[in-house]
Amino acid sequence: MQLEYIGAFQIVLRVLGHFWPVWLALALVLGVSLRFRKRLGLYGDLFSTGVGIAGVFICLFWLFTAIFSTIIAPFDPLSQVAVMKDALPGAVVPDGSGVYLFGGDKLARDVFSRMVYGSRIVMIIAPFATLFALMVGITLGLPAGYYGGRIDSFLSFLANLVLAFPVILLFYLLVTPEIRELSFDSWFSQLTGIGVSIPRTLAAVFFIFPVVFFFALFYTRFKKRPERLYLLLGLTLLIGGWVYLGLVFDADPLGVIRIDPNELNIFVAVVFASSPGVFRIVRGLVMDIKTRDYVAAAQTRGETPWYIMLWEVLPNARGPLIVDACLRIGYTTILLGTLGYFGLGLAPESPDWGTAIKDSSRLLRSFIHPALPPVFALMSFVLGLNLLADALREQSLKD
Amino acid sequence: MLAFILRRLGTMVLTMLCLTMVVFYMVNLEPNLRKLSISQLDMRSSDEHIEQWLVKNGFRENFFVRYGQWLGVVKRVPVINPETGQAEMRFKACPQPNEPYFGGILQGEFGCSTKFKVPVENKLWPALGATGILMFWVMVTMVPISLLIGVLAGMREGSRTDRTLSVASITTTATPEYVSGVIFTVIFASWLGWLNGSAASATGQGITFYNFTLPVMTMAIYAIGYIARMTRASMVEVMTQQYIRTARLKGLSFSSVVMKHALRNALIAPFTVIMLQFPWLLTGVVIVETMFRYQGFGFTLVEAAGNNDIDLLLACSLVSVFVVLFTQLISDIGYAYLNPRIRVQ
Repeated sequence: MQLEYIGAFQIVLRVLGHFWPVWLALALVLGVSLRFRKRLGLYGDLFSTGVGIAGVFICLFWLFTAIFSTIIAPFDPLSQVAVMKDALPGAVVPDGSGVYLFGGDKLARDVFSRMVYGSRIVMIIAPFATLFALMVGITLGLPAGYYGGRIDSFLSFLANLVLAFPVILLFYLLVTPEIRELSFDSWFSQLTGIGVSIPRTLAAVFFIFPVVFFFALFYTRFKKRPERLYLLLGLTLLIGGWVYLGLVFDADPLGVIRIDPNELNIFVAVVFASSPGVFRIVRGLVMDIKTRDYVAAAQTRGETPWYIMLWEVLPNARGPLIVDACLRIGYTTILLGTLGYFGLGLAPESPDWGTAIKDSSRLLRSFIHPALPPVFALMSFVLGLNLLADALREQSLKD
Repeated sequence: MLAFILRRLGTMVLTMLCLTMVVFYMVNLEPNLRKLSISQLDMRSSDEHIEQWLVKNGFRENFFVRYGQWLGVVKRVPVINPETGQAEMRFKACPQPNEPYFGGILQGEFGCSTKFKVPVENKLWPALGATGILMFWVMVTMVPISLLIGVLAGMREGSRTDRTLSVASITTTATPEYVSGVIFTVIFASWLGWLNGSAASATGQGITFYNFTLPVMTMAIYAIGYIARMTRASMVEVMTQQYIRTARLKGLSFSSVVMKHALRNALIAPFTVIMLQFPWLLTGVVIVETMFRYQGFGFTLVEAAGNNDIDLLLACSLVSVFVVLFTQLISDIGYAYLNPRIRVQ
């Protein structure tokens, strides 16, 4: 059967048209940010350089694409229309339901919709995994840098162990279907009836860090003001415990928070791979900052070590940490792509960019169009984050 | 200096022991062992049969005993065929002596590959050689280009050259191998037809410009941006030093100041960075070799991991961990050697 096609100009117009919620949101956010940039601190300063604006624009673009993907995407990312197999860009679906703007892939799915939906997976996993890695890295890096000595040697040795592991090998060992199999042999399972697997154990270890972090944060600050302290600690325990139950044990009593075992597996592997890097940076920063006068002043005041670490040292280390977080989200995106490229963890039909690149790169000899959208999507997002990090670094150096 | 190297070597050995133990544990998880025994027996084997096979082949021994056997400090006991009185072939592929023997890493025996049906050494060394060739060409292109870009950009901070080159290097760091590989293949193989989109022929027919350029290019490009940025930062810092100003004021030309005074000091930091790039390059090797079907170390690693080939995967892990730690050691020693301020201490 002969397919009808629309012209290249039409394709561009329609693609831009499909992104209308993104343009609207971008215009709103950028307009407000430009208007009040003087009062927005570091974020406002970004708008003074071209690199900064480009970075913010690209990152927000993909963020809004992820948020509005159900509105933007004309087709379901998994639905197949048999005649559209390997259709070239701009092919009109015969039943009149729309146009495959970027063509169809080898399973006759719409490449454009898959690219749009792919942004969701990245936007959910990459920032949160980075956040958890930051929490783990900070909570361990602060004491290592501040106390030095044995604690430092031990923690650094552990961090170097993980860093000496080639990432790809780590993923091959840590992200496999076999490793997700729950075993019920241990004393813990017999006691609680909950199955144990390596990803779950690692998740149980990693996800405790945010709770510990906030606990220590509030405790050191409000020790003398019990009425605030109990409220904040209670909230930390309640929210932390709720998220913890949902994510680690898949036992959220309300059923709101849950995560697929394979997504948890990926999440844990990514946090595991990137927290030693954060640890090293935090440790270095703390070693530098702890020689400053205000730390000595706090020590003379008789503040506890953890108060000094969390409320004197950490706020002054925020500049490099924000820059690093930006770069790290980009790096995590690349890692997710790698996982997808090797078909690890993610479902084979998942629309994420890495999987899409894997599927299409094998057929480059015959068709190139299914490969290009995910490739440029991934590249532009990471580029946006890198530009953002570069602009942030320049701004924070100015102060 | 000697004490420093010895201490570092000690840490390195300890790290390798820890890591190999972790890998050993992970590849010997129960589901992997079951898969292995099913592949050695047949699909319809009963649970008792599988268990019997695992016990007979020593997979049910204590974890540390088996780790010791793999290391070569505990004797391996071969399975003796009761009919012939001879030792059975390990995984039906590799011959074994009839008496208990030390056969582990320390003796240079890496075990038996179930996927390729040969001793691991026969597969591993050729693969490493092939990857060595790839790495050589990557280094040959990557190092000069990235240093040149970095020095040019850092020479005059804030100039137009600097900004253009900086944005270019940021772009390459945002382009992982699986992205640049696809883009280059589309441009140079599908569109222009200048280069071959597969390096599979490189193993059999030898390396040519036609089949080897794309893998080398793809691998080099990701690291170029990163090293160039480090070189730039280092160069910028050097150019603000007093001795550069002195050299300028005594009337030397800008180019000779850069060549004679700045370069040597600016290249210390990139040296360590290049050495520390190896863990990343290893990941790159795996991606590039899979993408272009080049039968090297990365390709072997993927095959081993994908086919539950326990001994081969262990050997691959050992090699990659060794490479990473060894380059870290070289980087530390080299830094101490190159930097006179540290050397004197």
